[in-house]
Amino acid sequence: MSDIKKIKDEYLNIIDKDHNIESINQIKTELFGKNGVVSNEFKKLGSVSQEERKKFASDLNYIKEELQNKITSKIEEIQTKEINLKLENEKVDVTLPERDFKQGKIHPVSQVIDEISSIFSEIGFSVEEGPDVENEYNNFTALNTPDNHPARDMHDTFYLDEKKELLLRTHTSPVQVRTMLKGKPPFKIIAPGRTYRSDSDQTHAPMFHQVEGLHIDKDINMGHLKGCLNYFIKEFFEVDKLKMRFRPSHFPFTEPSAEVDIGYEIKDGKIIIGEGDKWLEILGCGMVHPNVLKNVNVDPSKFQGYAFGIGIDRLGMLKYGINDLRAFFETDYRWLSHFGFDPLDVPSSYRGLSR
Amino acid sequence: MKFTIDWLKQHLDTDLNDREIINNLTNVGLEVESFENAPSELDDFIVAKIINVQQHPNADRLRVCDVDIGKSETVKVVCGAPNAKKGLFTVYAGPGAIIPKNQMKLSISKIRGVTSYGMLCSEAELKLSDESEGITDLSEKYKEKIGKKYFDAKTPKVVDLSITPNRPDCLGVRGIARDLAAAGVGSLKKIKDSKLNQNFDQDLKVTIKKEKKQGCTIFGSCLIKGVSNKESPQWLKDKIVSLGQKPISAIVDITNYVMIDLNRPLHAYDADKVSNEIIVRNSKKGETFEALDNKKYSLDDDMCVISDQSGVLGLGGIIGGTRSGTELETKNILLESAYFLPRSIRKTSKLLNIDTDAKFRFERGIDPKSIEAGLIKAADLIKEVCGGEVSKFDIQRLEEKKTNKVKFKISLFEKITGFKIKKKEIIKIISNLGFKIKENNENLDLEIPSWRPDITQPIDIVEEIVRIKGYEHIQTLIPEKSRLKPTLNRQQKLFHFLQRSVASKGFFETVTWSFTDSKINNLFREKYKEIKIVNPISSDLNVLRNSIFSNLIFYLKKNIDRGFKDLSFFEIGPVFSGTKPGEQLTVIGALQAGKHFRLNWQESERNVDVFDAKRDTVQTIVEAGFSKNKLIIKDQAPSYYHPGKSGSVFLSTEEDKPVAFFGEIHPNIVKKLDIKTDSLIGFEIYLDFFKETKKKLKDQKSQFEYSDYQKSERDFAFVIDKKIKAQDLIDIIVSIDKDLIKNVKVFDVYEGENIPKDKKSIALNVTVQSSEKTLNEKDLEKINNLIISTVESKSGAKIRS
Repeated sequence: MSDIKKIKDEYLNIIDKDHNIESINQIKTELFGKNGVVSNEFKKLGSVSQEERKKFASDLNYIKEELQNKITSKIEEIQTKEINLKLENEKVDVTLPERDFKQGKIHPVSQVIDEISSIFSEIGFSVEEGPDVENEYNNFTALNTPDNHPARDMHDTFYLDEKKELLLRTHTSPVQVRTMLKGKPPFKIIAPGRTYRSDSDQTHAPMFHQVEGLHIDKDINMGHLKGCLNYFIKEFFEVDKLKMRFRPSHFPFTEPSAEVDIGYEIKDGKIIIGEGDKWLEILGCGMVHPNVLKNVNVDPSKFQGYAFGIGIDRLGMLKYGINDLRAFFETDYRWLSHFGFDPLDVPSSYRGLSR
Repeated sequence: MKFTIDWLKQHLDTDLNDREIINNLTNVGLEVESFENAPSELDDFIVAKIINVQQHPNADRLRVCDVDIGKSETVKVVCGAPNAKKGLFTVYAGPGAIIPKNQMKLSISKIRGVTSYGMLCSEAELKLSDESEGITDLSEKYKEKIGKKYFDAKTPKVVDLSITPNRPDCLGVRGIARDLAAAGVGSLKKIKDSKLNQNFDQDLKVTIKKEKKQGCTIFGSCLIKGVSNKESPQWLKDKIVSLGQKPISAIVDITNYVMIDLNRPLHAYDADKVSNEIIVRNSKKGETFEALDNKKYSLDDDMCVISDQSGVLGLGGIIGGTRSGTELETKNILLESAYFLPRSIRKTSKLLNIDTDAKFRFERGIDPKSIEAGLIKAADLIKEVCGGEVSKFDIQRLEEKKTNKVKFKISLFEKITGFKIKKKEIIKIISNLGFKIKENNENLDLEIPSWRPDITQPIDIVEEIVRIKGYEHIQTLIPEKSRLKPTLNRQQKLFHFLQRSVASKGFFETVTWSFTDSKINNLFREKYKEIKIVNPISSDLNVLRNSIFSNLIFYLKKNIDRGFKDLSFFEIGPVFSGTKPGEQLTVIGALQAGKHFRLNWQESERNVDVFDAKRDTVQTIVEAGFSKNKLIIKDQAPSYYHPGKSGSVFLSTEEDKPVAFFGEIHPNIVKKLDIKTDSLIGFEIYLDFFKETKKKLKDQKSQFEYSDYQKSERDFAFVIDKKIKAQDLIDIIVSIDKDLIKNVKVFDVYEGENIPKDKKSIALNVTVQSSEKTLNEKDLEKINNLIISTVESKSGAKIRS
């Protein structure tokens, strides 16, 4: 008994000293190898007297277990130390730059078109499109603007032929004509797209964007028009309160016609939409002229409704504080980077239009 | 349309102040552009400060002053005043200013060899005092006013209206007053009765020739004999000046005044210069005349001219001629008040490119019943100012103008506007606007006033009532959320998806013009025909683009020239294939220039290349919902791509049109456009070539099947003819056993040492998995051998040992 206790104390002492994984494994062999100290004690078991054998065996097992546990925990201790040391050596400067990534951008015009589509989608409008090249009939005549009408002077038109029969559409209104010609009422559509006029200065670009709106049904009146636009403008500018003014005006293709002003004020050099005592003209609208309905085979005694046209670029400028219209179309990397939107930032009604 | 408030009040009795009148103009649809003080001759006199004074090199008594007039640069003024000294605040008049004392108009002039830009003024020259010794000496207090007007404007405030083309009646002050009166702003004054004594006949014969396309239907006139033409009296001059026009002579000013007052254009001829008679007829091609704008016009056939026996006097309703124009010496005049057809006026003025106040009014439609009212008012005024005797009126007409009528169903008002007003109020509004009304149960039979050519049908009456009643009465109805069909169709969804998909790969979306420079466009035009714009905004935007690239590459270069190196741009929009509506395609065009990992501390930099373009193209198409395994890549692309480093993508073997092209841009183009970049790649995706699938994406998916049996990977390396494409090799392997061969991946391509010159080595990793069992060594051995033997026999490849 005293022998094995001696062994135990001696080896516990040894194990407690500093070790690496090799030296501890060597101790393990010394103890439990084929000719190991503990293994040898077990061999003695046969020569122990009957009455002592049970106790000896029990003590020996106990000591074996104790030494084994000690070794195991020592090994764990050493491994932990080694890993920690390794990790310590592997430390990097995480303030170094990450791997390169590229962030794309969506153009403000596209973003605003998506915002507009999202708003009108909520109140049941679908999106229609039409070609950029139009014939004179769809762009003017069908829209109650015959050849000798002075209103044609207000549209500086790009022509593609000397006879002036083919042109770049001067507004999105020809989409009304196309939509109504190919379908049957009711109609409830918006039509965003490119439009063209041959003037160019600080506030005019030869190409710009409009969104047309058209709602024709049996009983659509000016109250619906006002309600629709009031809803749209409030949603678009994301304001609770909105001062809006309908002003009589004239467009050949609507009657009665109106221009719509919204209230604004200038705070710290920025335009704040909604209240304030200044008026800003933002769109033209009206009840679709019976002549237009006749031209597209819709019976004006049975169907009526409204149409509107809004300048998309201008809406974007107002909402996002962009001053120069021409910059929209100049592909300046810096401008796109500044005013562009993240591609994941898809406007939707549930998430809100803008972040 | 400009007028002053007191002019308006000659026709309108009202107690409202200016601001209220202005608001009411807006409310009835007469948009107020501005309401400002009329320009004054005194506006040209500006507070200035002398910054520096130097002796004139050639004159002892003159000095040259540098004068601060509130602009970014000073001006040089030669000045003889003894008190001109550095730091003096004084009054400066620029070139064009008229000096009040002597009415001298200043111009830039050389004074003894030194150019003087304007003048520094004495109080005497400004008519402020008799002090003429030196220039005006202003106190320090004027420090803040440098560059501002010295005189406070005392001119009347002028209203400038933007009159819509449907309202010619409001091109006259009286028409505006009538609208305001109807809206309750006041009451329209009666026109005073004339006390003209007309004792003799108009004995100059006037004939309107009955011709096809005759542009004149009524010609009224009178003679005024023994006038003495002169400068207009001050009140008239003030009126003319307030409109921003120049007074000419009493007779001309009076005709202009009546035009603005009643919207009744008139013309005065020097009767002594007219040979014998007036003939209103169609012109003959080649006839010429000199107009009052001092230009000589050569006429076409069938333009409406006023002529005499010697030829053309003027273009009716557009512009008079110099031959019969009135002068200060004119003694006898013929006053014309006529009606010209809008269509004829518009056609002629467009052809000759003439724009005058008269033309502007006639083409919109003048009141055909205002002939006499105009003659009376003008004759009255001429007699009053210039004296003379007025003849009886001579009115020639080709046809009697009928009164237009319209039947108006009262209920239409509510049907269109959504709100109701009383019949009594409706009647009041339209009668105030000049309509004659007969009640007829639920209808009103209306006679349309002769000054309203825009009104032809019941909807026009609705507009009249609602604009006078006020748009604020229209309700704001909350929109119904009912939907007739989905917001976006398939193609539109694809548009939105692809747009954001490409952007998410690091590309900046841009929007460029649909037109472009033909020189650049020709580089990308391919088989399409050039589509010229007849009237381009500039010569470098003269054609519709046949490709997105033409503008995109132009702007890419601009950004590179700004110093940016690594750029990715794309645009999604129309390209044009013909001049007819609809001959256009919606295309994504993307360009990428430069390098990856430029100045990266970790990775070595490399040029962007064809496989970057291919990745972006393929990934975008896959993200849009198309299976990568089905895509077919061919090595054909338009000629603006590098012929050896470009390709096209087809959605399946059956498609005949590629949905996309990708590749490096042809080096010749890069060179030609002088684009300074390491590398330039691009891709195009044609949205219209994606066939519309009937099934939604969710319904296209096959059942979810997978295998849990062990899969095995094995690498092969084949030495193969250079001409054989990697895709061919992959196709051969996949087709051996579609059930077992799950994936084939090229992981190395090698040419060079140990490989014959015309060969290459391709290393592939093949994944084999059964969905029925775990494959044993024998099975694997079998399929591996089959792969090797099939590839070798079908492609002539040799397995690399």
